[in-house]
Amino acid sequence: MPEQSHVQQTTASVEKRVDAIQAAFDERGMKPGEFVEEFKHLAEEEWVPENGARVVAKAWTDPAFRQRLLANGRDAVIELGLSMPPHHRHLVVLENTSTVHNVICCTLCSCTAFSIIGLPPDWYKDLEYRARAVRQSRTVLKELGLDLPAEMEIRVWDTTADTRYMVLPMRPTETAGWSEEKLAKLVTKDSMIGVSRL
Amino acid sequence: MDGMHDLGGRQGFGRIRYSLKAETFHEPWEKRVNALYSLAVKLGIFNMDEYRHAIERMEPRHYLSASYYERSLTSLATLCVEKGILTREELERRAQGAFPLSTPSAPGRSNVAAREHFKPGDRVKVKTDYVPGHVRMPGYIRGKTGVVVSESPTYPFPDAHAHGVKAADEPTYDVRFSTEELWPNSADPAFVHVGVFQSYLERVT
Repeated sequence: MPEQSHVQQTTASVEKRVDAIQAAFDERGMKPGEFVEEFKHLAEEEWVPENGARVVAKAWTDPAFRQRLLANGRDAVIELGLSMPPHHRHLVVLENTSTVHNVICCTLCSCTAFSIIGLPPDWYKDLEYRARAVRQSRTVLKELGLDLPAEMEIRVWDTTADTRYMVLPMRPTETAGWSEEKLAKLVTKDSMIGVSRL
Repeated sequence: MDGMHDLGGRQGFGRIRYSLKAETFHEPWEKRVNALYSLAVKLGIFNMDEYRHAIERMEPRHYLSASYYERSLTSLATLCVEKGILTREELERRAQGAFPLSTPSAPGRSNVAAREHFKPGDRVKVKTDYVPGHVRMPGYIRGKTGVVVSESPTYPFPDAHAHGVKAADEPTYDVRFSTEELWPNSADPAFVHVGVFQSYLERVT
């Protein structure tokens, strides 16, 4: 039998480890339970892709707004009543065209404009997307179902600072005369990340 | 630090586990972890640069095998212990088992003394800096040349902000690199734009 000090203690389950921190916070009067409920509300009700969809639909129907959005994304989304955390000091909006396709990633962690386009999906935070999006963009997009023409220029945006990016997808041609509300329903989180086109 | 987290351009990874309308969270505890580290930031226990760096300081074996939110949890616990909010013994007693934490931090650095101001269109080179602490320069752009496309407002300098080192806020420049410059003959043709802090850049004349 090895000495007790040489025996590695079994790692506690991740859930027990979370419980441990939450209980320690609670004992110190930090009110974690209340904050967890507040956070759930933000994550489920406030940080949703419908925000970005409104921005995109507005940009499609209001050329002056589109100009303001491309010039200063943060001011323009705030104009629509949306919010960004204080440390997201800059929002750069990347306009897709018939010859240019933009796609965003974060190779170092998982940064996104989450209050506008929604919290990042699981695959965006996975090792594979982070490793491959910058170097194998065309191959990755094809694997995700977006087979771009060879002549289409691809621009990948790696979110390495607190500047945030969102893609402004192209408006589908068959939507002439649609209302902003109807247009907004077309816009997905993936199209604002840039792994799909509408 | 040239850590395991610095994944951009690393080869050998397989297909992306993609699904339409993919979820952000899968287990109820994941939202709790996200909430708890957000609470710690809100209470001023640590900042987001310290948070990111404590994830980067996880042992590579642990980093790669942990889920995204286990990495969040490890950073939160590590920083709470390092800041004296709680002890590892208390955490392990409460969790009834081992609670792996990140490796210790190495020194940070302040801004570079002589920083240049760049304009869109300027050609710039990423300095060949090697630092033991936090840095937001992905390794794949080290020593590479690109073109400035825009400038951001100023931000806290991560190399300092993650270590409690005093520094001035500085802008980042969105720099456009061709994949041919980054990985000659070994990448899909494209442009990669990276937000690069002013201290990391020098002018190409």
